[in-house]
Amino acid sequence: MRWWETFRTAYDAIRSRRMRSLLTMLGIVIGIASVILTVGLGQGAQDQVKDQISALGSNLLIVSPGSTTSSSGVRGGFGSSTTLTLQDAEAITDKTVAPDVKSVAPQTSTNAELVNGTTNWTTSVVGTTTSWPEVRKRTLSSGRFFDEDEVTSAAHVVVLGPDTASELFSGPVSPVGQTVAVDGTQLTVIGVLASSGSSSSGTSEDDQAVVPMTTAKQLTGSADASVSTIYVEAASEHALSAAYQEIDGLLTNLHGLTGATASTADFSISSQQELVATANSTNQTLTVLLGGIAAISLLVGGIGVMNIMLVSVTERIREIGLRKALGAAPKVIRRQFLVEASLLGLAGGIVGVVIAIVGAQVLPSLIDQPVSLSLLATAGAIVTSLVLGIGFGVYPASRAARLTPIDALRSE
Amino acid sequence: MSTSILPTPGEPVVRLDGVRKVYRSGDIEFEALRGVEMSIGHGEYVAVVGPSGSGKSTLMNILGCLDVPSSGTYLLGGDDVSTMNESQLALVRNRRVGFVFQQFHLLTTLPAWRNVELPLVYAGVERAERRERAVRALERVGLGDRVENRPGQLSGGQQQRVAVARALVTEPDIILADEPTGNLDSASTEAVLGLLEELHAAGRTIVLITHEHEVASRAQRNLTIRDGLITADELVGGAA
Repeated sequence: MRWWETFRTAYDAIRSRRMRSLLTMLGIVIGIASVILTVGLGQGAQDQVKDQISALGSNLLIVSPGSTTSSSGVRGGFGSSTTLTLQDAEAITDKTVAPDVKSVAPQTSTNAELVNGTTNWTTSVVGTTTSWPEVRKRTLSSGRFFDEDEVTSAAHVVVLGPDTASELFSGPVSPVGQTVAVDGTQLTVIGVLASSGSSSSGTSEDDQAVVPMTTAKQLTGSADASVSTIYVEAASEHALSAAYQEIDGLLTNLHGLTGATASTADFSISSQQELVATANSTNQTLTVLLGGIAAISLLVGGIGVMNIMLVSVTERIREIGLRKALGAAPKVIRRQFLVEASLLGLAGGIVGVVIAIVGAQVLPSLIDQPVSLSLLATAGAIVTSLVLGIGFGVYPASRAARLTPIDALRSE
Repeated sequence: MSTSILPTPGEPVVRLDGVRKVYRSGDIEFEALRGVEMSIGHGEYVAVVGPSGSGKSTLMNILGCLDVPSSGTYLLGGDDVSTMNESQLALVRNRRVGFVFQQFHLLTTLPAWRNVELPLVYAGVERAERRERAVRALERVGLGDRVENRPGQLSGGQQQRVAVARALVTEPDIILADEPTGNLDSASTEAVLGLLEELHAAGRTIVLITHEHEVASRAQRNLTIRDGLITADELVGGAA
């Protein structure tokens, strides 16, 4: 018997029991669709986290000052101390000491009121150096960033965040070239930042005024060289931990610290990688859990196929006997039932994939979670459904093949 | 009466020598056939007659290659089928035997012609040729206008004629009819028996198994089986 005839016979058998075939497939359909969707949801969540983090710079290390302890014993928490200085930032730029560091951007931050004519807006005024856009992965939508000369000369220039710019300058006129006043000092707007496209740290990334470090010191009237944060960009993602070690060693030395506990009090280094790893491991646990439940439902679906095939063998025992009497060898009967089971599995798998694809379009608007379907998972699901059909069809098929034609013909 | 006194016309298609069949059920042994000797020539129309429990069905199973003897030899068309395995037997059934069963055994989901073509499907014949041969066989049994009907749309007599067409379609060495009229009324019985007589007249070898003497008397030769042995072998009127 040719393969094509086997398929035709199997197809006829499935079609002539339409309702039962549909219900049999249902288990596989639900199993496949839920496996694809849960894996897609997990992947979507991971991609989302990765996107957010990489928008901030995946090679980024953040050096923060340690905490202060006042005379009364009140500890101020991370960042309250003023132990980090511009000299620290410069030391980190030294390629011989920290070869895995690409660039460094120290930053100070104060809140101030910006005034444009009758409009005012209070925002955070950030003082930094020329490497800031590179380290923080920011671009400008118009104008330019300040240069080395302007930092040295404490030029009265400012680069505005997009939200800040729209709060202060309404209408079609570009803010570039205009002036804003900060505490009576007139600053010329030389550029506007492009939106960071990330909302992970609130909206503050898009609402700030960036000025040269020297200008910021003038505005606040502080003479010391302390900075609130040093952003460090490592040479690559792989060089991140090396850069971490170098900075840690360097600052421990510079600040004359001894012992591990002393250094945490003085400064701390954190990286986005840690956030990524934590978020990913949480997502992975969830995906594995949900995927496991979906896989169990797939298994149940497969057992459903086997159950129906066994019922089908019993029910069609006379048909099997007749086919054998007319010349169907045991292997031909086995093949027919195997093909029938795999067709059921495969059809269920394909319907399941279609439902998953539709679900992936609909679901994000319902639960506000992205779903990213991978081609590999989809192909894998189809192969799985086929394997399930074959796997759970083997036992019923060999039972059918083992029937003797006489017993099969005689049975009622 | 011994089994070999009558000459068999033409080449022997079926030859059984000392065929025994023993069924075991736990410790109990039951000998259904106790050394059957028989020979059926090409073109003969033979009825095997016997009461129930005589070993008639066992003989029919062995003749139809649905079962193998416990001992003894069975030559079908010159080949020893008594030692074949199930796959080889399937091939022999497909090529050499045409079955007509009491319960018709048609597949209710398929139209008449697709029931008739089934043996050709297992023989690996091309689809177009199968259809042509199935339709020709249906015309042969007088159902040329019922090709696309499903068994449910046909009367009992018509269904049995479809089954006869299915038995004919491979042009087998023997047509084995097991109580073909057992489920039919007298008019349909007459039609089916008439059809078998026509086929015999056209040169087919037919073995009819029945417990009804009226039906058996329509054949050319009667073999009587009793307690697992052939006890009589006689020529009867029939259509010769």
